[in-house]
Amino acid sequence: MKEKTIIPVGPYHPLQEEPELFKLYCDGEIVTDIEWETGYNHRGIEKINESKTFEQIFYVVERICGICSTSHPFAFANAMEEIAQVKVPDRAKYIRTIIAELERIHSHLLWVGLAGHFIGYNTVFMWAWKYREPILDLFEIITGNRNSYAIFKIGGVRRDIDEKDYSNILKILNGVKPKAEMLMKAVIDDPVIHMRTKGIGILTKQDIHDYCAVGPTARASGIDVDIRRDDPYAAYPLINWKVIVTQEGDVFSKAVVRFLEIFESISIIEQCVEKLRKEPPGQIDVKVKEIPEGNGAGRAEAPRGEVFHYVITDGSNSPVRHKIRAPSYVNVATFKKSCVGQTISDATLALAAVDPCYCCTERMAYAYDSRTRQRLLDGRALIQLSQQRTQVLKKNLFGKNT
Amino acid sequence: MDTQEFIDFMKFKFKHNVQRAFLRYKNRVLIDLEKDALLKVATFLYKELNFRFIIATGLDNVKAFEITYHFSNDKTGLLANIRVSIPKKKPEVESLTPLFVAADWIEREIHELLGIQFVNHPNMRSLLSDGNWGAGEYPYRKPAMEQPK
Repeated sequence: MKEKTIIPVGPYHPLQEEPELFKLYCDGEIVTDIEWETGYNHRGIEKINESKTFEQIFYVVERICGICSTSHPFAFANAMEEIAQVKVPDRAKYIRTIIAELERIHSHLLWVGLAGHFIGYNTVFMWAWKYREPILDLFEIITGNRNSYAIFKIGGVRRDIDEKDYSNILKILNGVKPKAEMLMKAVIDDPVIHMRTKGIGILTKQDIHDYCAVGPTARASGIDVDIRRDDPYAAYPLINWKVIVTQEGDVFSKAVVRFLEIFESISIIEQCVEKLRKEPPGQIDVKVKEIPEGNGAGRAEAPRGEVFHYVITDGSNSPVRHKIRAPSYVNVATFKKSCVGQTISDATLALAAVDPCYCCTERMAYAYDSRTRQRLLDGRALIQLSQQRTQVLKKNLFGKNT
Repeated sequence: MDTQEFIDFMKFKFKHNVQRAFLRYKNRVLIDLEKDALLKVATFLYKELNFRFIIATGLDNVKAFEITYHFSNDKTGLLANIRVSIPKKKPEVESLTPLFVAADWIEREIHELLGIQFVNHPNMRSLLSDGNWGAGEYPYRKPAMEQPK
């Protein structure tokens, strides 16, 4: 056996894109173990919040994550409204729901694009992100920003939706729906994608129960849990919608759940806009004089699962303790079950299927030899391996002409 | 069972260990528990009642440490907050990781940030740092000036 030289690269190094996270130990082609190191993006937000006022905390938690930047202020607002015992006016509930569901649509489309990129279908990547653009434009019309919306406050929302924007919202959603249907058909009917995603990264019901996973990761394995229905908040109990659950637990199932949730979100937004149209313009917030001593737990269903905020107050302007748990914290740990036993080229896809929030957790993966513990492949090489596998499958299915 | 029934049931079943149990808001329960009964209560909630573990919150409350474990009953939306108080002279508590893997990371994080020992944790190493912080320094502890004399 040739001697190998180990050159330490990372976690921070000019050649790397991001800090190191996953170590896949491999015996030949099969992943035998997975270790991870995290914490490179730790910003001490919980500690920062102890020295901020409650209004300022909304701006801090919004920036925990760029993709799910509504869910964190939503859960925090739910927690504070529990402590302050205020009821949010109906109009604010509908506006909050519209923003949260728009975010779900754009997040799922983003995931579709990234999963396509990891498989090697760069057209899916380009199209998914192109058809996501009208949603971001819609955010800019309603809230003034494509990314961090600053729409939440304790007791309601900060901005109303103009009457003239109702038809804008419906028009843009009518444009997104057929494109999402086309993407779904392209992905779900493709035999190569079937071969790459069916049976890969399976999580059983018992795995989900042990790891306490949430969101589409759990719903794809047959666990019927959705905070919007189980612990209702905002306008969800006031409109008709359903929870999407599939049974197989593999990457394909997770893709199906996310696609169907896009259409469910479009339906929820349309119903909310109709209700807003019927209600006369009114209050969008409730004045809160002071926050009493107490503790409150707020939950919201982010695109990736349940976001949980726990706030302990003592009557002053700042919290004593603010605990934040993003859904990726529990979902990422399921990699131990979904990646071990897969080939290296499938492991990248199994990692991506859980949709780790790229702003909340790092996403580089490295492959190591399980006997010698030496580094074999870096993250970019793992993605290339996954894309090459698709090329091989295509050639086998369709012949040398593709 | 609904929220009030749940509180009465817990007070009855664990009467020697539950110090206080009360309904906070419509779907929120706070139970103050003796530290030694934690594993018993957690096993009961997780295995028999099928609650889901959400997360644990660690806090330095000047007089003692407090860890609040949050469990959710997804069928009814009930959120049970189980709070244990840990003396500062001997900061140890039973680990829940052998019971369910979901407790693994958060116990490592609380150990790293507050210095509480989790007895029987299978893989206690730091979660957030590379082990290159100063040994014995716990960032979430309140500064020495605020400690009781």
